[in-house]
Amino acid sequence: MTAVPAGSGQLLTGWGRTSASRATVLGPLDNEQIQGLVVSRPRGGVLARGAGRSYGDAAQNAGGYVLAPATMPFIELAADAASVRVSASVSFAQILATIVPRGRILPVLPGTADLTVGGAVAVDVHGKNQRADGSISAWIEEIELIDGHGELRSVTPGGDPDVFRATVGGMGFTGIIVAVTIRLLPIRSALLRVTSQRLPDLDALLGALADSRSRYAVAWVDTTASGGALGRGILDEGDHLPEPDPAAEKNGLAYRPGRARRAPAVPFCAVTPWSARGFNSLWFRKAAKSTSGVTGLPGYFHRLDAVAGWNRALGPRGFLQYQFVVPAGAERTLAEVIEAVQQERCAPFLGTLKRFGIAGRGHLSFPMPGWSLAIDLPAGSPPLAALLDRMDAQVAAAGGRVYLAKDARLRGAALRAMYGSLAEWQAVREKLDPYGVFRSDLGRRVGLC
Amino acid sequence: MLTPGPPARVLLLGGTSEIGLAILAALRLPPGTEVLLAGRDEQRMAAAGRQLGCSVRTIRYDATALATHQALVADAFAGGDVDLVISAAGILTSQAELERDPLQAGVLVETNFTGHVTTLLAAAGRLRAQGHGTIVVLSSVAAVRPRKANLVYGAAKSGLDAFARGLADSLHGSGVRLLLVRPGFVIGRMTAGMTPAPLATTPSAVGAAVAAALAGRRDTVWVPPSLAVLAVALRAVPRPLWRRLRR
Repeated sequence: MTAVPAGSGQLLTGWGRTSASRATVLGPLDNEQIQGLVVSRPRGGVLARGAGRSYGDAAQNAGGYVLAPATMPFIELAADAASVRVSASVSFAQILATIVPRGRILPVLPGTADLTVGGAVAVDVHGKNQRADGSISAWIEEIELIDGHGELRSVTPGGDPDVFRATVGGMGFTGIIVAVTIRLLPIRSALLRVTSQRLPDLDALLGALADSRSRYAVAWVDTTASGGALGRGILDEGDHLPEPDPAAEKNGLAYRPGRARRAPAVPFCAVTPWSARGFNSLWFRKAAKSTSGVTGLPGYFHRLDAVAGWNRALGPRGFLQYQFVVPAGAERTLAEVIEAVQQERCAPFLGTLKRFGIAGRGHLSFPMPGWSLAIDLPAGSPPLAALLDRMDAQVAAAGGRVYLAKDARLRGAALRAMYGSLAEWQAVREKLDPYGVFRSDLGRRVGLC
Repeated sequence: MLTPGPPARVLLLGGTSEIGLAILAALRLPPGTEVLLAGRDEQRMAAAGRQLGCSVRTIRYDATALATHQALVADAFAGGDVDLVISAAGILTSQAELERDPLQAGVLVETNFTGHVTTLLAAAGRLRAQGHGTIVVLSSVAAVRPRKANLVYGAAKSGLDAFARGLADSLHGSGVRLLLVRPGFVIGRMTAGMTPAPLATTPSAVGAAVAAALAGRRDTVWVPPSLAVLAVALRAVPRPLWRRLRR
């Protein structure tokens, strides 16, 4: 067995830059090294970290080991290009660069292409096509997982459904994901036809999202607008072009995300209730009533990736994203949450609304049929903690749940009220990791590990 | 502490401290939180613990029994990670009394300064190893400049304040945070019978200010905040004038 290299002590945070903690960071490791580390059952535990794009403390393990990147990168496209087997530490951008020229696309594209596949599977990530295509768990053929016994398992949805359901969305507590095989979809063009329309209030926005027949649909919500304009926003719908654009794609399909500019680290937070309102109003007003155009994959799916490290521009206190889903019929909860963050003057500066159609396959998967709303807020405002605790209770009462990948503050009791399959998940985890090797700050906070 | 999430295990040194308990109350700890109250008066700690609505364990802690502090910290951390350590032990004895019996001044310095040093150094080592956590140290506006009417207390708080600032710097980058709290005159059990000074505050106001500061990233909090301005003024008073202050 190969020796595990010495790691370095590093202070880690999530994308929201709250809740820093220190861990020994290692990696990339080969499978034997990971197995050696796991069977040694180190004090403080082990956790795989992907790109560090979860917002809170999901990819931190204070006082223990964090594998980042966990694995050696590789991408193996099947001969017929119907699927791709990749190392867990490979990013979506790297996969797209390989498969788009072959006329293939990943069936689920999250809001940033920087995510790693391992991280995406651990949170059962979704994209703008959640309604029709589900989350990534619906498209996985195989997960190669090193469990708490140090055993390398091949986990398939049909062959080992219990382990599969516990691992997708399992936040890394069932083992270290080392490789994943994902089905791919064919595309004829790497461009999308995108239409945008401005909607004057929440009802109109929900109606337009519900009526959308496009493959991809997402709405930006002005979370600062109140009264009759509450929940106004812009609906962006997208579809792949059915044929390559003869002018733009005469040399074939390409994925060119362009070089990201680095955001400056700003020593204060410019987001206040006033600036959030001003910015959101301006954004709403400057949008055309309805537009249509053609854009590339990065322009539609990963617009924020054009600014590397944009989280640093939001000041040293960091920020939170409150993303929750409620079933159809609980639309009132969406309005109540927006109103509540306005009343407490929490400076919500970004809102994103999606229609969900298919539940994730994992016990702890976030998606369920209904509405998903994500609100970004600066951290550190005193009333925020109590406010979000109240919102948790409302979301849970409506039958909804909060997304763990975005969370930095949920309490254990609220988690138990939201995730009904928790006991089943715990039973499987008990078998896969009886010694509690896989741990994280989030897990300790909410009682998952 | 894993801010902004709630702490799961809390150690309060000075388990009957009004300010310490007010901080716990202001944090609105969920019922599952484990609170360790470390102090001398077990009965009063047990009574205070019942008010908190969390699971409470009391530990015998004598701030002047320096030799016991390492074992106490080991005991507190034996049950798992501690997310928040509040160092609130303190006594206030009148200057006249201390001058009558200088030995009591020694006890005051041990309680308000030396005991914090031995306990917090042990706790800081544990927190550093666990890679996260927060220490709250209760200094005082008295640390700004010693007044002749309260000079031993002021000297002890100055020492504690300097120690806490140094410790905060040594913990930088370790994942452990230190929040230094400088309240003004706090109306409460400790100051019963004394005339409140200007900008006086209350234990619950200090508790609320600390809870708010814990949600953010500040390293120092004055209660009330206007004390920060007053402190600048206090430092600027010429010494011939300063020594004429009666209180």
